[in-house]
Amino acid sequence: MEPRIGVYVCHCGSNIAGTVDVEEVVRFAQNLDGVVIARGYKFMCSSPGQGLIQNDIKELGLNRVVVAACSPTMHEPTFRRACQEAGVNPYLFEMANIREHCSWVTEDGKRATEKAKALISAAVRRVYYHQPLETRKVTINPNTLVVGGGIAGIQAALKIADSGHRVYLVEKSPSIGGHMAQLDKTFPTLDCSACILTPKMTLVDSHPCIELITYSEVEEVSGYIGNFKVKIRKKARYVDEALCNGCGLCQIKCPWRADSEFDVGLGKRKAIYTLFPQAVPNVPVIDSEHCVYFLKGTCRVCEKVCELKAIDFEQQDETIELEVGSIILATGFSLFDPASIYQYGYGRLENVITSLEFERMVDSSGPTGGSIILKDGLHPKSIGIIHCVGSRDKKYHEYCSRVCCMASMKFAHLVKEHLPEVEVYEFYTDIRSFGKGYEEFYNRVLDEVTIFIRGLPAEITDIAETPEEKDKLIVQFEDTLAGLQRRLPLDMVILSCALEPQPDAEAIARLLNISQSGDGFFMEKHPKLDPVATMTDGVFIAGCCQGPKDIPDTVAQAGAAAAEVLAMISKGSVEIESATAIISEKICTGCQYCKLVCPYGAISFEEENEVCRVNEVLCKGCGLCVAVCPSDAISLSHFTNEQIVAQMEGMLI
Amino acid sequence: MKRYAYYPGCSTESTAIGLGLSIKAVAGPLGIELEELEDWTCCGSVQYGSLDELEAILVATRNLALAEKKGLDLVTPCSSCFITLTSAGLQLRKNHLLMSQVNEALAVANLEYHGNVPVRHLTEVLASDVTTEVIASNVKYRLNGLKVAPYYGCQLVRPDYGFDDPDFPRSLDRLVESLGAEAIPFPLKSRCCGGTLVIPEEDMALGLIRKLLDNALENGAQCITTPCPLCQINLDAYQSRVNNKFKTHYNLPVLFITQLIGLALGIDAVSLGLNTNIVSPGRVLDDILGAGQEASHGA
Amino acid sequence: MSFVEEVAATHGGENICACIQCGICTGSCPTAGEMEYPPRKIIALIRAGMRGEVLSSSSMWHCLSCYMCTLRCPRDVRPAELAHALKSLASRYNYRIKGTRAPAIYHSFVSSMINNGRVHELGMILRYYLTTNPLVALKIFPVGLKLLLRRRMPLRPHKTSGRRSLARMVKKFREIRGSH
Repeated sequence: MEPRIGVYVCHCGSNIAGTVDVEEVVRFAQNLDGVVIARGYKFMCSSPGQGLIQNDIKELGLNRVVVAACSPTMHEPTFRRACQEAGVNPYLFEMANIREHCSWVTEDGKRATEKAKALISAAVRRVYYHQPLETRKVTINPNTLVVGGGIAGIQAALKIADSGHRVYLVEKSPSIGGHMAQLDKTFPTLDCSACILTPKMTLVDSHPCIELITYSEVEEVSGYIGNFKVKIRKKARYVDEALCNGCGLCQIKCPWRADSEFDVGLGKRKAIYTLFPQAVPNVPVIDSEHCVYFLKGTCRVCEKVCELKAIDFEQQDETIELEVGSIILATGFSLFDPASIYQYGYGRLENVITSLEFERMVDSSGPTGGSIILKDGLHPKSIGIIHCVGSRDKKYHEYCSRVCCMASMKFAHLVKEHLPEVEVYEFYTDIRSFGKGYEEFYNRVLDEVTIFIRGLPAEITDIAETPEEKDKLIVQFEDTLAGLQRRLPLDMVILSCALEPQPDAEAIARLLNISQSGDGFFMEKHPKLDPVATMTDGVFIAGCCQGPKDIPDTVAQAGAAAAEVLAMISKGSVEIESATAIISEKICTGCQYCKLVCPYGAISFEEENEVCRVNEVLCKGCGLCVAVCPSDAISLSHFTNEQIVAQMEGMLI
Repeated sequence: MKRYAYYPGCSTESTAIGLGLSIKAVAGPLGIELEELEDWTCCGSVQYGSLDELEAILVATRNLALAEKKGLDLVTPCSSCFITLTSAGLQLRKNHLLMSQVNEALAVANLEYHGNVPVRHLTEVLASDVTTEVIASNVKYRLNGLKVAPYYGCQLVRPDYGFDDPDFPRSLDRLVESLGAEAIPFPLKSRCCGGTLVIPEEDMALGLIRKLLDNALENGAQCITTPCPLCQINLDAYQSRVNNKFKTHYNLPVLFITQLIGLALGIDAVSLGLNTNIVSPGRVLDDILGAGQEASHGA
Repeated sequence: MSFVEEVAATHGGENICACIQCGICTGSCPTAGEMEYPPRKIIALIRAGMRGEVLSSSSMWHCLSCYMCTLRCPRDVRPAELAHALKSLASRYNYRIKGTRAPAIYHSFVSSMINNGRVHELGMILRYYLTTNPLVALKIFPVGLKLLLRRRMPLRPHKTSGRRSLARMVKKFREIRGSH
């Protein structure tokens, strides 16, 4: 059948038409080989836009369609569906990206128009050689992997598990709980963080559909939507989880101490320890870097006192292999290290502390029993809280960390609650109290006579210039509203530090083949309309791994990710790309390079004929085999040499 | 011998003659050859740029063009010259129209500039090219026990042209330590001395100088060392003005780093221009050098 | 061209529109106390279009070029370089600056360097005190004398032959810019 091609050029409002001369492009497309009709339209993705295509298919007998608009990751499925509904095989469609690859990347209208022409010409030449393909469906494995056991991971796991489907919750530290477990009270309602979190942690532990895998990390992920294979390394705990009843005697008797991770160095823990008293699972781990048995070969006190014989010094790391249909990443954030901002003196000046250190200090179950104290053990008489430390700064993180304003105001309130006489100063640049009940909380803190000073402090120093400054931390700043350069002697300064991506975010992104935005957080598929999906189908994100957010937003996002997963599970199957590799048996020499590189195990070697074969059900059409085949025996449907060469020729008009 | 094009800067012939002399005295023993630009002219400093931003670039570039002919890195000991020449080079590289206009003007003096001269501060050359190991191995009299406040000033490290930390630099500390002396902790080591405003706004500048002297003394300094000619004159020549104004009794010698190096290399005080320092370093150094010489002879 | 655009077109003014008025520049400035309009405020005034107030102000003449503001600015505004640019604009349009003698010393500096090729400190300072207040020179005389006695204040300028070519270049440069 002779190709009859329709070309549709989208204005995308002014997104494309503001730069590209759409009318000129349409006139150009009209004259390309095989093109029956070319049209421009304001919004091709709208219902009338799609109707335009479907109508032309019927009226003009089109059998191939090119849409020049945005990225195919955005709307290729939309237009393929439109073609299919009108009776054209969805693979007889091709998209030219004249927005992200063209109008958005230049202000030069002339050159943008030329590039749009080249992209359309390439698409038209390519679609000329397209072949109809059958859509393929794969079934969805109803098990889900949730990575990260903070509040986001906990919430998502519980929602999915409550529907009766199996969830594997993997956490890299010895207990779930995440950063939320380290917080004292939560803004703006001041619920005790532990009071609202620990019941959920217990639910996770006892839930029949949740398998909790702590002290473990995901090492390898293969497969695709509905059918992922995951390898998890479970680190040796040196305590048998099946035997231990969490009595805690080993921790009491252990004579060796180390800085507590949970108390961010403010307190100590033993060499055999649980992260915190309410840890889930309530099974300790031995820290082999501080355990004297591991260092010097003697001690084993924990082993002696354990009546259940749960201590196992011979335990090794083990690898767990799982098969799941979808993955939710909820790997959270890490706190910005303010030592890199020299002028704030963190690490050099005593009593300059981070927000997380203050959370631990003010927590009644924390290392000071909730007492706000200076290094010398005395209560401070005055405290400054600096907002935006590491946030909204091109040298560190350009984004706003979204929680620091509210957390800082919560600190002011907690200080007043514990020590009503203390003067509290909030150093802010802009107050962001946008959430429900947040502005009211701001007003409450103002009423409590917290002094708000608009100005980002220039430095904190201990070099006194007056007798009042002696032995104090002096904050030097501009009070921008008063228009004065001031120095304020204080006893303690809290740095409200930025939330930043986890140090291993890049490794995890690579493991799952998802993208990071410029700031390092995981990138969602669409910032507004697809906020928990990623560019890898079947992989979802929730919580602070996607960007800084507070607890309400984190919980909402976790629920959204769970809903996405549940929708997939209840649908049961999913359509996948039809492109597959085809091996020409005549040319294949049976070298099996293709079999070696195939990530999906889709290629097998047929001993009898000494050739390789592709299992079409397993093949994902990634093209690796095509690239490695030394005898050029493999082609990829929808990416044939003919199609690609035609596309390149079209580009070189 | 490592060779460099050398831009001394106006002050090394006058207010900072001790710097000029001591550089000439230590260069040979440290294995560097400084080829002074023939006919060089003032870089213009901040002053020229504050009256005419663009013309200031032209006058600075005249010196860059002289250096480009030599095909060597351009080294200057003056922090103000360092940032003026560096900034001129950077701006020309960004602004092609300005580059062509500057070249048109340079042409009347048969000069041209293509943007290929790395401008380096002498402190960086000492720390990175000569290296503290080589300096230490040339030391004849270790300055053991001498407590030195390493004073960087502003424009050696800011704006950040990348050779040392702009907040808390270390290169001068390392140079001091390579001589056997102790680089004391000096929190204000890169804070401002008042710069050229010491003439029109003396009171303000004296306040800044006092803070520096106070911070150095409080941390146990017996002397201050700096590579910057302007910092040196402010701390040295205006020390008596500080004492007058604040009724203080500072008597803290301020040596150029090259003077301190020269002493450790065993070069005589006159060759190093030490007799041009206003607060006499004599007493402090006699003690140290006397002890150092004895120790060396004993060994 | 509006005043904010005029400033944004200079080297030093490029990022003034990115300023979020946090005040870290003024907080860091060792001479903010002497300034009528410290750096944050001067940026606000530029953006308010107050050309005369800004360019006739003495504030930027108090800048020491210590670059602390520039180092710390979270928005990559470069207030020290902005000060240079504003001084240069004020000089170009012959604004009379009250409340500081800094412009006078700058002029003395530049004329000394153009005349001699290099700066001759004694000449520069004498000229400065003659054009401002000769009586102040008496206060500073002891400092000058010490420098003189220690060979740090040469009586006669070192006239370099480069001064002639420098003067020719400057003349040519002014012609080129005049014709643009």
